[in-house]
Amino acid sequence: MTVALYVIVVGCGRLGALVATRLSQEGHSVVIIDLTETKLANLSADFSGYRIQNDATEVEVLQQAKAERADILIAATNNDNVNLMVAQIAKVIFHVPHVMARVFNPAREAIYQELGIQVICPTKLSAERFLQAIHTSTTDQT
Amino acid sequence: MKVLIIGSDKTSYYLTRRFIAKGYHAVMITHDAQQGRQMARKLQALVVVGDGTDPLVLDEAGVRQCAIVVALLPHDHDNLIACQLAKEMFGVPRTVALVHDPENEEVFRQLGVSVAVSVARLLVQVIEEQIGYEAIINLAELAQGQLAITEVVLLGDAPAIGQHLRDLALPDNALVAAVIRDDGSIIPRGETQLQLNDHLLLVTRPDNHSIVLSILMGATA
Repeated sequence: MTVALYVIVVGCGRLGALVATRLSQEGHSVVIIDLTETKLANLSADFSGYRIQNDATEVEVLQQAKAERADILIAATNNDNVNLMVAQIAKVIFHVPHVMARVFNPAREAIYQELGIQVICPTKLSAERFLQAIHTSTTDQT
Repeated sequence: MKVLIIGSDKTSYYLTRRFIAKGYHAVMITHDAQQGRQMARKLQALVVVGDGTDPLVLDEAGVRQCAIVVALLPHDHDNLIACQLAKEMFGVPRTVALVHDPENEEVFRQLGVSVAVSVARLLVQVIEEQIGYEAIINLAELAQGQLAITEVVLLGDAPAIGQHLRDLALPDNALVAAVIRDDGSIIPRGETQLQLNDHLLLVTRPDNHSIVLSILMGATA
């Protein structure tokens, strides 16, 4: 296995839970933060990390998660603006070296890339995959 | 000068109205369509209905020409993003955000918002200033009013702060009987140095009471 990383995942929806569980299985130290207790309770048994039920946009909560020691923060709630705020607090205040945010609205993507946040835009990724599939199937037919 | 206000509550409405009355060219973004129609009727302003944290909506509202953007949405994260988009994407020179969590005043400044205002912090400040005016508490009158026991607090710019008691030139028949401090209370002597936030128990007579207060607390007393 490669070096164990310390990863903070914000948002325990389908995406956050999946990423956190995978990273945990790979042997990394993972802390997952979500506002809703039931979402944290529904994490699979394969997740052996730490759970914090609180609002990650509060600086205190990231402090509690020891963000200053994190290698990576992944902001994966279902709210673009929450993700962008948490990612920036992690980057600017806690100096987390690698910060990633899920952002649905492609119009918000470029500006935050420039600010040093790695923006993952599911809308754009899906669109690209659809187009790719269409191009592949039409090329196959010819 | 053109001002953009993002918000749907009463504060946003009154703020926009104020700006218009002062001669500004005001534009408003509200996410509530019904509210938007009402606002457009009542205000001499362009009202755009939409998400003020969406670059397309900001652009449509003419954010590029605005000298200042004010974000008054109910969530701190939305106000942050609205201000950042205005500044970074559209080159608006000044942005103002309402924050609900007082800690975000500092966080938002670090993230490039010109001014972040916490109502909670402002209210605490106003309330503390009010309490400050009650820095003199009359505790008791003795001997048919010939002696008074008063508690005073040394706040802010009180002239007695940092002074030794013997240097204060208190009149005859007046006494600082006790000094109450967070780290322990003392019966003071001439060499006792007074500190900020000291609570003093005074024994005074009616003829020297106000003199003692002004020596200790200055003109405000």
